[in-house]
Amino acid sequence: MTDQQRDAAAGGDVRLTGIGKTYGSFTAVHPLDLTVPQGSFFALLGASGCGKTTTLRMIAGLEEPTSGTVLIGGQDVTALPPYKRPVNTVFQSYALFPHLDIFENVAFGLRRRGKKDVKKQVEDMLELVELGQYARRKPHQLSGGQQQRVAVARALINHPQVLLLDEPLGALDLKLRRQMQLELKRIQTEVGITFVHVTHDQEEAMTMADTIAVMNGGRVEQLGAPADLYENPATTFVANFLGQSNLLPAEVTGTAGEDLLLSAAGTRLTVPKARCATDAKRVHLGVRPEKITITHVTEEVAEGRNALVGTVLDSSFIGVSTQYVVRTDGGQEVTVFEQNMERDARIVPGAGVRLHWNPAHSFALDASQAIDAGTGEEAA
Amino acid sequence: MTTTTPAAPPQVIPLTPAEGKPRRKLTPYWLLLPGIAWLVVFFAVPMLYQASTSLQTGSLEEGFKVTWHFSTYWDALVEYKWHFVRSFSYAAVATVLCLAVGYPLAYTIAFKASKRWRNVILILVIAPFFTSFLIRTLAWKTILSDGGPVVGALNALHVLDLTNLVGLTSGDRVLATPLAVVCGLTYNFLPFMILPLYTSLERIDPRLHEAAGDLYARPFTTFRKVTFPISLPGVVAGTLLTFIPASGDYINAQLLGSPSEQMVGNGIQKQFLNVLDYPTAAALSFILMALILGMVTVYMRKAGTEELV
Repeated sequence: MTDQQRDAAAGGDVRLTGIGKTYGSFTAVHPLDLTVPQGSFFALLGASGCGKTTTLRMIAGLEEPTSGTVLIGGQDVTALPPYKRPVNTVFQSYALFPHLDIFENVAFGLRRRGKKDVKKQVEDMLELVELGQYARRKPHQLSGGQQQRVAVARALINHPQVLLLDEPLGALDLKLRRQMQLELKRIQTEVGITFVHVTHDQEEAMTMADTIAVMNGGRVEQLGAPADLYENPATTFVANFLGQSNLLPAEVTGTAGEDLLLSAAGTRLTVPKARCATDAKRVHLGVRPEKITITHVTEEVAEGRNALVGTVLDSSFIGVSTQYVVRTDGGQEVTVFEQNMERDARIVPGAGVRLHWNPAHSFALDASQAIDAGTGEEAA
Repeated sequence: MTTTTPAAPPQVIPLTPAEGKPRRKLTPYWLLLPGIAWLVVFFAVPMLYQASTSLQTGSLEEGFKVTWHFSTYWDALVEYKWHFVRSFSYAAVATVLCLAVGYPLAYTIAFKASKRWRNVILILVIAPFFTSFLIRTLAWKTILSDGGPVVGALNALHVLDLTNLVGLTSGDRVLATPLAVVCGLTYNFLPFMILPLYTSLERIDPRLHEAAGDLYARPFTTFRKVTFPISLPGVVAGTLLTFIPASGDYINAQLLGSPSEQMVGNGIQKQFLNVLDYPTAAALSFILMALILGMVTVYMRKAGTEELV
């Protein structure tokens, strides 16, 4: 039985039960339950200070939880030091050993466990991350992207049951980051190991992960597949942090079949009951900017669509689309992304417009939450 | 090769270096001037003077003349060979003791102490410099005095039996033994060991320790395979800064030792100030310098300084 087979047989489920961390009076992570299924690419997404890195470090054994247990493949590892856990970490800024060359960096874990056939394994691993010819270089002689791949290779070569990635792409420029996202995804599919990835970049999380846990203030706000989180955000934080949302304060006035009837600043709007996450009377009606169609005020809107009338404040051309900011007659600012296909030349700043969308594309959230949660600079 | 010639780019007339700012080119030399002047006046000239002195013969009454009398070197080496042996062995033992005491201390300051305590301990490390070298060494004379508490304690713990066995002490006293001299040297040069060690340890990213632990290294293996190798430049600097001045020192041997613990420094001092045999004193100085230079060169080669980061 090879290591890989044994690991697969043991299962790489990560199960956190009631795990929490407090520093003095500050609670970094509120007790949370989380299960990461074997073989999945799982992302912990949130702004800095939301507790995502602390959660990851508790899985790695680098941080001792104040409460709860960590199970990896059915084994309780809560009390085990890092060097006894079947996990490996790709550190933020990589933490490569500066005095060792690339080969020895990658071989480090194998040598510590007295494995045979180190040379062959390291060479194969360097081949996988396309760094074969750099084996005898020192880390500081490599570019950021190459160092990042060494860090991944150094962790993966040990066939961990779980690979932990702590903002592994944070230090790279945008273009390289995109490239490495696809690269990491490819490697994960190839080796089939459970990846737990910590990031503050929502695009990165959506590109790579099968499942995302959005964290905020030491709690998991929502857990789900990227598309699910994007289309059905459960909180205003998720709605704003994951992509962009227009949130309009509205009141529930009644029901009509499967729909809820709402009134937002005097305009009648509808939302399917199934897409309403609350039974409160006051809600935030949400709609994503790209779901809205913008037309000149003189155009008619088809029956059954939600519609608002307003004035264009600003428009900016961003290549694939144009972004409009519209002030509705009700006084709200609404952002609209419109594909650059058949642009109406009349829609310029100052022009009157109609905004309309399919009610099935809107969602309603409890109005007791802050409407601007998750929009701040902390997302940068 | 292209067949169509693109329009010639506008010609840029390059500035010749002289057309730049000549003053700016000289700036580094102006900045070096005070240092070079100091080195010439207080190092190069005295060196040449001493070199010429070492090759002179004569006496104070008749005056000294350069006679290219190279055998002074050989005679000095023969006469003071045990001084040299003691100098280098005491300095070596003191350096090893400094490393043994200094490394754990520097490690603690760098990795274990909180920010506030880090500064407090560092100040304590350099605090001895606030008093003179001589006073500090004299204080050790009191500390190690016969019948004092230190000697009593060492006796009671049978440490002196052990040091008697290896020849560091004889009988039940510490003062006027090699042990006292080594203790004095260790104490006086300890900060020169700790500070470079601390500097090299403090630069190590604590995440490297986490990474090593994550890659199955136990804490001691982490130290052996990661921390210590990365701190080697500090070890080399610290041992050199301790060994070199310690092997030329004469205060510790003079105040804490007896005539049979005298080091080369004491010989040079005696020849210069008591015997007034300047050629021998100068020759001794040059032999000491050459031997230290030789040892340092071999050591640096072994430690592989070109690999140091």
